[in-house]
Amino acid sequence: MKMWRKPLDLGEKSLPPAEIHIIESRCKGCGLCVEFCPCGVLKMSDEFNRKGYHPPFVEEPASCVGCHFCEEVCPDFAIFCNNSTDK
Amino acid sequence: MTSERVLTGEHFINGDEACTEGALAAGCNFFAGYPITPATEVAETMSRRLPKLDGIYVQMEDEIASIAAVLGAAWGGAKSMTSTSGPGFSLMMENIGLGIITETPCVVVNIQRGGPSTGLPTTCGQGDIMQAKWGSHGHYEIIAISPSSPQEMFDFTIRAFNLAETYRIPVLIMADEVVGHTLERVTIPPAEKIKVINRKKPTESPKTYLPYKTDSSLIPVLPDAGDGYRIHITGLTHDERGYPVPDAETQEVLITRLINKIRKNRDKIIDYEDYFLDGAKIVIVTYGSSVRPALKAMRGLRDEGVKVGLLKLNTIWPFAEDLIRKLAKKVEAFVVPEVNFGQIALEVERCASGQALTKLISHAGGGIHRPQQIADAVKKILPELGSKRKKR
Amino acid sequence: MKQKASKKPDKHPPDKHPPDRHPKDKLLREDRIPHIWCPGCGIGSAFSSCITALKKTGIDYDRLAVVSGIGCTGRVAGYLNLDSFHTTHGRAIPFATGLKLAKPEMNVFVFSGEGDLFSIGGNHFMHAARKNIDITVICVNNMNYGMTGGQVSANTPTGAITSTTPYGNAEVPLNLPSLAAACGAVYIARWLSLDVRRLAESILEALLKPGFSFIEILAPCPTAFGRRNRLGSALDMIKLYQENSVIRNGVHPDETVIEEGKKMVLGKFIDTERPTFLDRLSKTSELKSTAWPKKEMAAQR
Repeated sequence: MKMWRKPLDLGEKSLPPAEIHIIESRCKGCGLCVEFCPCGVLKMSDEFNRKGYHPPFVEEPASCVGCHFCEEVCPDFAIFCNNSTDK
Repeated sequence: MTSERVLTGEHFINGDEACTEGALAAGCNFFAGYPITPATEVAETMSRRLPKLDGIYVQMEDEIASIAAVLGAAWGGAKSMTSTSGPGFSLMMENIGLGIITETPCVVVNIQRGGPSTGLPTTCGQGDIMQAKWGSHGHYEIIAISPSSPQEMFDFTIRAFNLAETYRIPVLIMADEVVGHTLERVTIPPAEKIKVINRKKPTESPKTYLPYKTDSSLIPVLPDAGDGYRIHITGLTHDERGYPVPDAETQEVLITRLINKIRKNRDKIIDYEDYFLDGAKIVIVTYGSSVRPALKAMRGLRDEGVKVGLLKLNTIWPFAEDLIRKLAKKVEAFVVPEVNFGQIALEVERCASGQALTKLISHAGGGIHRPQQIADAVKKILPELGSKRKKR
Repeated sequence: MKQKASKKPDKHPPDKHPPDRHPKDKLLREDRIPHIWCPGCGIGSAFSSCITALKKTGIDYDRLAVVSGIGCTGRVAGYLNLDSFHTTHGRAIPFATGLKLAKPEMNVFVFSGEGDLFSIGGNHFMHAARKNIDITVICVNNMNYGMTGGQVSANTPTGAITSTTPYGNAEVPLNLPSLAAACGAVYIARWLSLDVRRLAESILEALLKPGFSFIEILAPCPTAFGRRNRLGSALDMIKLYQENSVIRNGVHPDETVIEEGKKMVLGKFIDTERPTFLDRLSKTSELKSTAWPKKEMAAQR
């Protein structure tokens, strides 16, 4: 993850990854979530969904910091995250 | 300025003001308009009266905004109205169509003037009659009312609101400059004697509710915004859920219902008065400001022994087709004086189907017929009658 | 549910959602999703931010109403699970005015496109802002008329190719924040559709603020505008917009003009107070005379 300034407690504390859910049938393969994830968690898959688009998949789940940006930016409501602290 | 809604008593006011008083008596609490001769007095009277009754008067930037605001307010639960004349009426057409397809109750008053275009702003015309029926694009049915005096402006405006609330449709009041600017006695009855109808509201759970599903009356029961139903209202062709569905099947179902909503209920909507129809050979079909000269002509003719009757149309649309068809079998001619070159005359002719003559007495606008003109026209066709006509 | 790192995506049975629902589903008409907008369309992201904002307002969803016009952005009304009104082209604002004035307890907002709101609807925008009607107008600016195939609009940049300017646009686009400020809007902001968090914050502020609020959202239209001007995919376009924009909060709206050689200026430009139409309406009987002009002014030097 590109950081403007390294947090002083980066070694001790880390944000737990969120649970990422991808609703493949809604995805239109635009790639916004993959491109703008700050941690490079997602990648476009080679699989097709029902409509012929390539949905993303979670490639680096441990890198996720639960920022929900993919959920916010997705134009199709095809991806959302549940933070582990929500449980 | 009083904060009484119903000004019971005798008044000496003009048709425009009477229309406003009728609207207020019917419960109107929102007016959005734009000044235009000869309808401006409706707006001005509303601007004085509504604020004292906790209503909203807002002057919009043009007639298109006016009708849009009227529709929006109706969805906010208001009984809303606007008033205009020919040029503004033309501008409102698109949104009247929106009101029809979304089934929005509201009232649009057209104080007709000489047209087309800017025409004769300060004088009479009846040239918008067909426009009231066909003015918006697409095929639809509309309700249009034709008052012929200030008293009728009061009474018929109440009826217009009631029809709008009952049938969930914009109702047009097709008055004209003469009716609008005639100063006369108008009697306003006590509030308890005035019948006011309010729109029905849904009672079932929002979970199972389908906005545009109707019973045999074909009239939907729709909530207002904020009632908790979270409906979707669109000008696109829609199904029972209110969601747009762009196919021929949905169009067939929706448009057929909208048309039949009015056609099947026409007996309750059509209103007319008749004079001496029994035994009449000739019937004068008249409406609006043509009524009084026609009545005078009829009385004069009857004194001379001419068997002439009169049909006064209080509603223009839906047109009294069944009545004309029935009459055409018994009478020999219809005479239609109107301040245009033949609009209701065309309807009469169509319905008469050749079983009776139809004669138009046209007037380009700028005034109304003289009784003598109408009487002379009737006398002129007398020789044509009595020829062997096949009655089907 | 633990995610496994693999090349293959997690398989879900077709058309079945995973056990947890999308947190925005409550405000969506789920039976109409997926929506009609193209892959990567800026409207989708803007819509997503709007829903975040609506949830954060804390306003009862039954008290919210959305009004839209015709066009791609106008379809938002059909997907929002609120009292939603999809009206005629350009007339969303006066419709919303009528609705708000008839039922002031509703929080009414308009969500429509720039062609709808500023070409055909320009007159209505001007007057609703002037009157300071208490509504929020959210305008998605994709610089063309997308739904009809990408014709030139009042916000198409000079020189751009559209289906009705095949040789390049000979017109100059409007400066929407400047226009809104001139007409008296009390809240004016502009963001990219990518700026989802700042946009959600702006929409939240605007919804809760009394008076006429205006938010412009610059969005890519890859299928029409982008394709004709060879701007690539939606992703390429939004990256291009991001690289060519700069955030300058509080700057004068006249400096936000979109023109060649200038980066697009984003930010919150105006956040001020003015009495709304209904505020002034309730005070009208208290006015003893007109506010202007006054006879005494003639004596002043």
